Amino acid sequence: MDKKQLKLLNELMEIGFSLVETNLYLDTHPTDERALRLHNTLSAQYQELEMMYTDLYGPLKATSMSQFPWRYIEEPWPWDIEYCGCNY
Amino acid sequence: MWIYEKKLEYPVRVDTCNPTLAAMILEQFGGADGELSAGIRYLTQRWTMPTGQAKGILTDIGTEELAHWEIIGTIVYKLVKDAPINKIKGTPFEANYANRGKALFPQNAAGVPWTATFIQSKEDPIANLYEDMAAEQKARATYENLIKLSDDPGVNEALRFLREREVVHFQRFGETLEIIKDYQNRKKHY
Ligand SMILES: [Fe+2]
Repeated sequence: MDKKQLKLLNELMEIGFSLVETNLYLDTHPTDERALRLHNTLSAQYQELEMMYTDLYGPLKATSMSQFPWRYIEEPWPWDIEYCGCNY
Repeated sequence: MWIYEKKLEYPVRVDTCNPTLAAMILEQFGGADGELSAGIRYLTQRWTMPTGQAKGILTDIGTEELAHWEIIGTIVYKLVKDAPINKIKGTPFEANYANRGKALFPQNAAGVPWTATFIQSKEDPIANLYEDMAAEQKARATYENLIKLSDDPGVNEALRFLREREVVHFQRFGETLEIIKDYQNRKKHY
């Protein structure tokens, strides 16, 4: 995986993780408006970044659009990625 | 239903080739207090939960546990993938190699296969939530043992991340327990 792709994937992973946090927090604090605003901001950022990533490198989800041929099955899969040696 | 996302929840870096450590980390892959047990436990308990809030937290933490199971599998795989046979011989990973090579299998550090008897599911939501909180503490304690056993800096970073998640899950289940107790008290009064 080249540096540019890895950088974008890492950004996506970071925001994705923040969304896990706001998701669980909101499950037990559904009336916290500040947390919900943060969640919505992160969600918008995630969607935008995911669209950008998918356009360049193919779908992360099997429900997303793909260029021809079907790019979802392209290597590398998550456990084959070398996350080391990159600056993010 | 579930939709797979082709990414890890955490970028796993592994700095060494260490089949012994891989065998120990299997404890969190298929052990009693491991990530598979956690995921199957929470997702299975959902059906009879009395409130939308409790159904939600079990769904979302259960789903995150499956992502942790994937992280653990990735650590194990990366610790052995480049190991030559002479680095496997004489290590606790040798028994796995004899059976299935470097393939993964849901078993604990001693090679005992995963079984549903590791978990419980009750109609009583209070009993479930106490079990879930205990499970998070047991998983945290296991991570602390593994961090002491590991001298791979990258692996330790990932293990510390996972340990921290158990603390957050414990917190959320504790909050859910209080919400359910309130709900049951209110039901009694009306
Ligand atoms: Fe957990």
